[in-house]
Amino acid sequence: MISSERVVKIVLFLSSLLIILVTAGMVLSLMNGSIPVFKEIGLRFIISSQWNPTEGSEEYGAMAFIAGTLMTSFIAIIICFPLAFSTSLFIGEYYSGTRIARIVGTLVDMLAGIPSIVYGLWGFYVLRPLIVDLGLNAQGFGIFTAGVVLAIMIIPYATSISTEIIKMVSSDLKEAAYSLGATRREVILNVLIPNARSGIFTSFVLAFGRALGETMAVTMLIGNANIIPDSIFGAGNTMASVIANQFGEAEGLKLSALITIGLLLFVITGIINGIGKLIIKKFNS
Amino acid sequence: MAFAKQISGEGALKRRVVKNRLFAGSVIFFSMLTISPILLIVYKLVAKGYRQINIDFFTKKAPDTYEAMVAVGAGEVIPGGILNGIAGTLYMVFIASLIAIPVGLLIGIFLYDQQSKRYAGVVRDVVDILQGVPSIVLGLIAYFWVVKNITNGFSALAGSTALAIMMMPLIIRSTEETLKMIPETIIEAGFALGVPYHKIILRVLIPSGFSGLLTGILLAISRIIGETAPLMLTALGSMQVNFQIDKPTSAIPLLIWEFYNDPNMVDLIWSSSLLLMMMVLLLNLLSRQIIARRS
Repeated sequence: MISSERVVKIVLFLSSLLIILVTAGMVLSLMNGSIPVFKEIGLRFIISSQWNPTEGSEEYGAMAFIAGTLMTSFIAIIICFPLAFSTSLFIGEYYSGTRIARIVGTLVDMLAGIPSIVYGLWGFYVLRPLIVDLGLNAQGFGIFTAGVVLAIMIIPYATSISTEIIKMVSSDLKEAAYSLGATRREVILNVLIPNARSGIFTSFVLAFGRALGETMAVTMLIGNANIIPDSIFGAGNTMASVIANQFGEAEGLKLSALITIGLLLFVITGIINGIGKLIIKKFNS
Repeated sequence: MAFAKQISGEGALKRRVVKNRLFAGSVIFFSMLTISPILLIVYKLVAKGYRQINIDFFTKKAPDTYEAMVAVGAGEVIPGGILNGIAGTLYMVFIASLIAIPVGLLIGIFLYDQQSKRYAGVVRDVVDILQGVPSIVLGLIAYFWVVKNITNGFSALAGSTALAIMMMPLIIRSTEETLKMIPETIIEAGFALGVPYHKIILRVLIPSGFSGLLTGILLAISRIIGETAPLMLTALGSMQVNFQIDKPTSAIPLLIWEFYNDPNMVDLIWSSSLLLMMMVLLLNLLSRQIIARRS
């Protein structure tokens, strides 16, 4: 006779195995799909920036998309930083616990609720004409346009952890500085930031990880050119956007190339998130 | 010390006060800048979308390009609605929930139960990895597993599979966090009475954490309801209302993408986006209400 306790424990354990199997299965499927690329192109795939689906002279490389992904994500994080950091100070320090902080916090959370495709539409109809008017790019599509929209999209991810960390800084420390006659700015720069540094850094690392994989909004704004962008206002493609763009008509080696890009994206986001998690773990212990 | 030098002297004090004000001012300025996009986006959706929202919008299928072109040419509101998208979204989210909710709850309970065991740590890491996987990659996976091998074509099941894999980590995490908040004394009281373990879960853990669990599920749904990229690779879209699990199916975000690419239908993007946003907001509001009532 097996006790009910055992049955429950076994069911729970099996369900946990399921999630491991799903994740391992994903990695295996992606690796399996990328075999043709590694057979025919090899490691050159990663460093080559050629993308030529013409039959007979087929040649695929991921470098243009890796470059596009990194460029858009870096632009996003640079623009996001002053916005998200100020908002964290606003909610977690200046107006901590007040009604206005709650309202601002709710609005920032709402940013996370807007579907990617709606950001894309907004970028296309509102931001893109603005970029054209400013004369930054004739069509308004490009790395920069995509980066700006990405920056807005990742604000809630960057803000949420930083705010918590900023709130956690002990008020004893802050009050000690105030009693020495420090101004609020000096308390923030000399007490709050040094104490919350790694937490704030982590939140931006995780936000960066989000930016790497965003698809729809970027696809709609980046200009979809399979080249290494010639400037930050130039057109390009990210790893996610090239999959979305070219998947429909893909088969054979091209399909395998897109899957390999998916695998690379999986690995890169995994590494970035892993770094973020490691810093959190170190910070907590 | 630099700090000591800063605070000496009359002029220095003034400078510090000014710097302090400037800093506070820029924090407020950038915070307002941060929240402006949400207001601008909602305004844009409402201003451009409200005209299209009528009974037909919820009860009729999407028009074809020709009908839309004629209406636009005559300066009228585009006929038809997005019923096929609404039905598809509800259907695929429902199937995804059927998969993700039970599995998510079980794994969440498992992690709570095992807490600091080594294996639970591994599972937690795997859940974190899964949560970080870009949705387009999940679309690729569902394409291989379901479209290629199970339904032999684009299907609602494939779309739901991608969405379910997205939902699972969110539900697992919220379940574990919720259960951790339940006072241990309640659970121990149950054990002391000799209640079997499965009854503790069903009669103690789930009821006392119910509002938290529900909140987690609602938020997970709100996160996936607007997903477009993975559905492009799996459900594809359809002009018909479809409830067959092995056939291509439309969804609101897929329709927005189609309208966006069709110059005749482009007016429909705003109302469809508005509806999608309202659904997300409603789910968020609902979960906020639940949290507020609990505390």
